[in-house]
Amino acid sequence: MPTKTVAGTTVDVNEEGFFENPDQWTEDMAPELARDDGIDALTDRHWEVINFMRKEYFEKGTGPTVRVLGKASGVSVKELYELFPKGPAKTAARIAGIPKPHGCI
Amino acid sequence: MAERIVVLGGGTGGTLTANRLRRALPDAHITVVDQDDRHVYQPGLLFVPFGLTHPEDIVRPRGRQLHRGIDYRECPIDHVDLATDTVVLADGSSLQYDVVVVATGSVLLPEETEGLTGPGWMEKVFTFYSLEGAAALEASLTRFERGRLVVNVVDMPIKCPVAPLEFCFLADWYLRERGVRDAVELTYVTPLDGAFTKPVASARLAGLLAAKGVELVTEFNTGEVDGGAGRLIGYDGREVPFDLAVVVPLHGGAEFVGRSPGLGDELNFVPADEHTLQARAKANVFVIGDASNLPVSKAGSVTHFEGEVLVENVKRFLGAEPLDASYDGHANCFIETGFNKALLIDFNYDTEPLPGHFPAQVGLPLLKESRLNHLGKLMFQWFYWHSLLPGRDIPGIGAEMPAAGKETGAAQNH
Repeated sequence: MPTKTVAGTTVDVNEEGFFENPDQWTEDMAPELARDDGIDALTDRHWEVINFMRKEYFEKGTGPTVRVLGKASGVSVKELYELFPKGPAKTAARIAGIPKPHGCI
Repeated sequence: MAERIVVLGGGTGGTLTANRLRRALPDAHITVVDQDDRHVYQPGLLFVPFGLTHPEDIVRPRGRQLHRGIDYRECPIDHVDLATDTVVLADGSSLQYDVVVVATGSVLLPEETEGLTGPGWMEKVFTFYSLEGAAALEASLTRFERGRLVVNVVDMPIKCPVAPLEFCFLADWYLRERGVRDAVELTYVTPLDGAFTKPVASARLAGLLAAKGVELVTEFNTGEVDGGAGRLIGYDGREVPFDLAVVVPLHGGAEFVGRSPGLGDELNFVPADEHTLQARAKANVFVIGDASNLPVSKAGSVTHFEGEVLVENVKRFLGAEPLDASYDGHANCFIETGFNKALLIDFNYDTEPLPGHFPAQVGLPLLKESRLNHLGKLMFQWFYWHSLLPGRDIPGIGAEMPAAGKETGAAQNH
């Protein structure tokens, strides 16, 4: 399994950079993970989404889709794309240190 | 006292469940509720725009598909009160139950996409996922001779995830038959990162799109449909121009689920155990078919395979026995590819669609175009009304996925 060093700590990731073990994630890793995805500074709105991602993951066993994010996170789909231009569900999952969302069938 | 079972929905799942329950529990009092009396053979919708079938040929009365001894109530559902085991109907009456089965499928939500139902809707922007939409599209398609035809899936989950691909294949065939294919640009626009969700099938289907000259646009999340100007606008700013758009709208669970506290998720689908089909909400609630949030395709074959386990579990629950956790995620779909040919795919939770033969080494070819599969798809409509809905097993096709004819070495299973 590939590993990656974030904020001085070695963590397990998959080949697309998603955390394999969300318990290895700490808040101070988020800014560095965000920069890897082209986001220079995390705002409070980013953090709302990141925290929501982790909460959903621990409750449901998978990260939410963009649609669910738009309905339940308090951030509209339009704004989600402004915050995470490369795709909110995947990017926010990577920054939040949770595995790749199962998404769709 | 006779057990009271209420089945919400008289479509594929509700009908086959009620009919199977009638046989499994002859003394139970079974009531099926639906808001209308039009049972649509939904796999037929794909063929309507091409004039290969007609709306009146794929609709039958719901009540008539139910065995004798089953009550049928035609009334919209207001909500389910889990605390008191009561279904409240829109006319104010209510039904008490010992077990309730949610079989209300999914609904189309075109109004949730900006502009989709605005200018151009039903004029140059259509869906074939409703009877009205499919019929209107037929009228428009017969006049379509040149320009850009775009097929777009707004977001998953959708019913029958292969249907929009089949639409592309059939459109290619239809336009060729009419001699206008060269004047039409055909484009498939999907939110997925490939033609389909599962890797081996995705590669094969992408190959078929390419062979038929269908352009594939991936990871496109439709934010707006601008029917006036004729363009899809993605949330990321990309645009896809069209002269005629065939859009598969967002899907959600039935509205009453949202009005029933604790029953559904954000999209009104009902969370349930993947193997027993018991709802997470309460032990006496079961879910079948498109209404659930299970990680399976929303498809009639899935519903059919779930039926056997579901009915067994309703019986076991009423008998206070442990549930049978044997539903394996089995799905099986014919994929029409035009020119009287079709592919067949067969998969479950653990095994993606693989090449080979179904159900064993001698059988229908899997993931490969053949005339036999096309005949299978056409024959299936007869089986649907005469075998699947009455709750009989279809010869040779069991609830569990057969592994015998599959080339499992062809790919890593997930």
